[in-house]
Amino acid sequence: MSTSARYWREIPQRYRLEAAKCTSCGKQFFPPRLVCNGCGGREFEATKLSDKGKLATYTVIRIAPSDLTQQAPYAIGIAEFDGGLRVTAQVADVDFDELKVGMPVRIEFRRIREEGEAGILCYGYKFVPVR
Amino acid sequence: MAGIIGYGAYMPRNRIKVEEIAKIWGADAPSYKKGLMLQEKSVPSPDQDTITMSVEATKYALKRAGIDPTRIGAVYVGSESHPYAVKPSGTVLAEAVGATPEAHCADFEFACKAGSAAMFVCMGLVDGGKIEYGLAVGADTSQGAPGDALEYSAAAGAASFIIGKDDGVAKVIDTYSFMTDTPDFWRRSYMHYPRHAGRFTGEPAYFKHVLGCANGMMEKVGMKPKDFAYAVFHQPNGKFPMRVGKMLGFTKEQIEPGWLSPTLGNTYSGSSPMGLTATFDVANPGDMILMVSYGSGSGSDGFVYEMTDKIDAVRDLAPKTREKLDSDKVYIDYGTYAKYRRKIRMGE
Ligand SMILES: [Zn+2]
Repeated sequence: MSTSARYWREIPQRYRLEAAKCTSCGKQFFPPRLVCNGCGGREFEATKLSDKGKLATYTVIRIAPSDLTQQAPYAIGIAEFDGGLRVTAQVADVDFDELKVGMPVRIEFRRIREEGEAGILCYGYKFVPVR
Repeated sequence: MAGIIGYGAYMPRNRIKVEEIAKIWGADAPSYKKGLMLQEKSVPSPDQDTITMSVEATKYALKRAGIDPTRIGAVYVGSESHPYAVKPSGTVLAEAVGATPEAHCADFEFACKAGSAAMFVCMGLVDGGKIEYGLAVGADTSQGAPGDALEYSAAAGAASFIIGKDDGVAKVIDTYSFMTDTPDFWRRSYMHYPRHAGRFTGEPAYFKHVLGCANGMMEKVGMKPKDFAYAVFHQPNGKFPMRVGKMLGFTKEQIEPGWLSPTLGNTYSGSSPMGLTATFDVANPGDMILMVSYGSGSGSDGFVYEMTDKIDAVRDLAPKTREKLDSDKVYIDYGTYAKYRRKIRMGE
């Protein structure tokens, strides 16, 4: 499948942070899934990831994959959001010595990568520190 | 007439000082600072562009508007730095804020006037009963050629407005437009940097159109400068908006709240719209505001707004423009700026 088709399919999560909540046990998923791994339920209601979370862990990437070399070094983190949802994303606009477990972050819409000089631009979410 | 229901502005966190640019080109920083009244400008990070800033500014506008985004019937982004040559910015914005699929969408371009052009058209569609709400954005990440005078001012920022048929936070009392064909600033296809006609960009271009539009607008509504609490003019640098304001008979105090360019730079399509958001942040119910944009090529859109009581309830629902500009910033050197703005030739 082409990158643009895969990217397009993930737009609801990448752009709007659409999550799913199991209607029988209440467990939340981001990205949404077909079967609840808590209770086996198959019915979900649409929810949205809150735009504020807390950094649970992080690392700094110095040797980046080829399409991100110009962004290196950059920080990647896992943040915890309301309902215990954990999301992985790049941490932007941060000085590395500022990074701390538990630091409040919010979500901003950023350009994630680009398909070379002539391909599509891929947008999505990154974390930025709440200042 | 239509009203502005919600508004928001966004600018990147990076700043570069005039001294830092001047030192690279052996230019005289004090003369730029004094002559153009510029101290520093915003610079986008490599992961920020017209689309990303439009989304963030619109999130703020939606917080203040408090409407369901699916009721937005038109999505217009005005910019001269749309990330794609072919493919709209507005579709990404609409998708990101949840305004798809029932909305009319097109990108606007008119140098620095594209944002106000988007606002103007949304107001017309609302007044004509075609849409319930319109989303109009002015955003740019413009570049000046290295060493050119424009390099000291070309900056990044976005302002977003939700326009609807109720009064909202500011009633649109009337609009007026003024334009001629004037080749003061342009960029040909496939060219990376714009060209400009030097001093010609002043009198026959900026001043003629802003004065023509401001005078026409005030005449149309039968008002004089003293009838306005505030005035916002396009800000290609710090000097022009103050000078044009004085020529019209406005005081420094009327212009100052929306005068962002000395520490923001020229955000092109975002310029006077961002100044308007900063003015809304401090305005009181009943205040009258004059806004006049300017886009090279050339034209100006004029607007007269009257603030309503609702402004007091919504202004704190999202970051205030001036506070964001003054508080959240980090200074970068010219090398970092050149890397961020892709001015460095890389290996294949
Ligand atoms: Zn379940």
